[in-house]
Amino acid sequence: MNVADSAPATNNLLVSNADSQRTLYPYVTGTSVVGIKYKDGILLAADMGGSYGSTLRYKTVERLKSVGKHSIIGASGEISDFQEIMRYLDELILYDNMWDDGNSLGPKEVHNYLTRVMYNRRNKFNPLWNSLVLGGVKNGQKYLGTVNMIGVHYEDDHVATGFGNHLARPILRDEWHENLKFEEGVKLLEKCMRVLLYRDRSAVNKLQMMFSETNVGAKISMKDKSTSKKVKLVILGRIIDLKIARITEDGVTVFPPYSLKTFWNFNAFQNPTVGAEGSWALCAIVYNKFSYQQKPDRSSFVDVPLAQPGGSTRSGSGLLRT
Amino acid sequence: MTKQQANWSPYDNNGGTCVAIAGADYCVIAADTRMSTGYNILTRDYSKIIQLADKSVMASSGFQADVRALQKVLAARHLIYQHQHNKQMSCPAMAQLLSNTLYYKRFFPYYAFNVLGGLDNEGWDTVLKALVLLLSPLLGQPTEVSKSSLITCKESEAIDLVKTCFASATERDIYTGDKLEMVILNASGIRREYMELRKD
Repeated sequence: MNVADSAPATNNLLVSNADSQRTLYPYVTGTSVVGIKYKDGILLAADMGGSYGSTLRYKTVERLKSVGKHSIIGASGEISDFQEIMRYLDELILYDNMWDDGNSLGPKEVHNYLTRVMYNRRNKFNPLWNSLVLGGVKNGQKYLGTVNMIGVHYEDDHVATGFGNHLARPILRDEWHENLKFEEGVKLLEKCMRVLLYRDRSAVNKLQMMFSETNVGAKISMKDKSTSKKVKLVILGRIIDLKIARITEDGVTVFPPYSLKTFWNFNAFQNPTVGAEGSWALCAIVYNKFSYQQKPDRSSFVDVPLAQPGGSTRSGSGLLRT
Repeated sequence: MTKQQANWSPYDNNGGTCVAIAGADYCVIAADTRMSTGYNILTRDYSKIIQLADKSVMASSGFQADVRALQKVLAARHLIYQHQHNKQMSCPAMAQLLSNTLYYKRFFPYYAFNVLGGLDNEGWDTVLKALVLLLSPLLGQPTEVSKSSLITCKESEAIDLVKTCFASATERDIYTGDKLEMVILNASGIRREYMELRKD
């Protein structure tokens, strides 16, 4: 019988065969999730890759999901554990709805619930191997928090998991400010995801972005030229009616996935060891740094083709051009 | 087949510094607001101080998830105490509760280093309990500071001392910095003060 979960913590950790039920290693993993607060709400970004060790096995994994009416969750780490977390959250939201009392769980409450779940699993030495980002808006109040597999949690104006902490947070500390407009927020997240694409080997060039805000209806008006393009983009998306319908109240919107423009022709990468024969490329680049003051020529950005599993195109795979 | 070893640790050190000073008629509890892991800073604005009761304030550093769980357990127990006794817990009572709670987890400890400060029931008398988990966090041994060994300086001097200490600690300890949060308890009530620290 499965006694793994009820067994006293430290004693059985290294012992019996019965705890083959415990999570020991992650298998299919997602990489970083990055989230920011902007003027009207929360923006989350994550790529759509599911790695199996060092193989990029799955390329259409949705690591961002909406939770209830007010929140969005992004997960890195073991994908199956994320799916189980979604089952927990679905049950939580279901029970909340069944009260039918006009109240609904906001992002702060969901984050607190998740923190307790993660911490309790860690206490039983059977963790959910994830780092989660939880954001949302309720009653005009923005909330963005994170929790990881051992229960460490905090909220901040910008958060990231995994490699995002190393590569994206410094960019965000430098360039984030209180009143980011939506387009600026998207641009900032794209910058972070581009750096992650360059430097994180488990990143794939297929992004998912989600935002949650209030008064979206007021913001996206057909008269406004700058936002009408965005509305068109959403219309191109698969779930047309649902998204437009939810745009008129506190709502969550998912962009269809798209790829980032990247530049691979920096001089320094072309012939890296020219100034220091025999050395490693990276050292040579640093050594020769004064010769390589080059800005990427944006017109020559390469559009890396989208990974297409099985050949079928997702309807409405829009490309957000910056 | 070799025995499977655990390859993740249930603990992490999220750093931080906590200080408390007790004077004749006041108590200062201070902590920085930086939360780190390894060489990374997770956030610059996380409060380690919690007011458990009217006259008890606790600051804790160490493993943040355990700190938060400990705070929640104590807060819940205090609420139950209030329901049962129709009054707030005194600081010495809270200290005893903290000690018992820590020892309860003697064989899978709360990796939390706590200072609990406040005013005891007389109001004008001040008590400082330092529960220090020495070496490996095993025992919660309350050490009460006796009246005779209380700091003799004034409240303002104590606050300046705290600020100086944190400025120095920030210089040398990579886990300390960003912002200093101070909670000051005295006869006229409770107040918070903040001071910016170096962010590197």
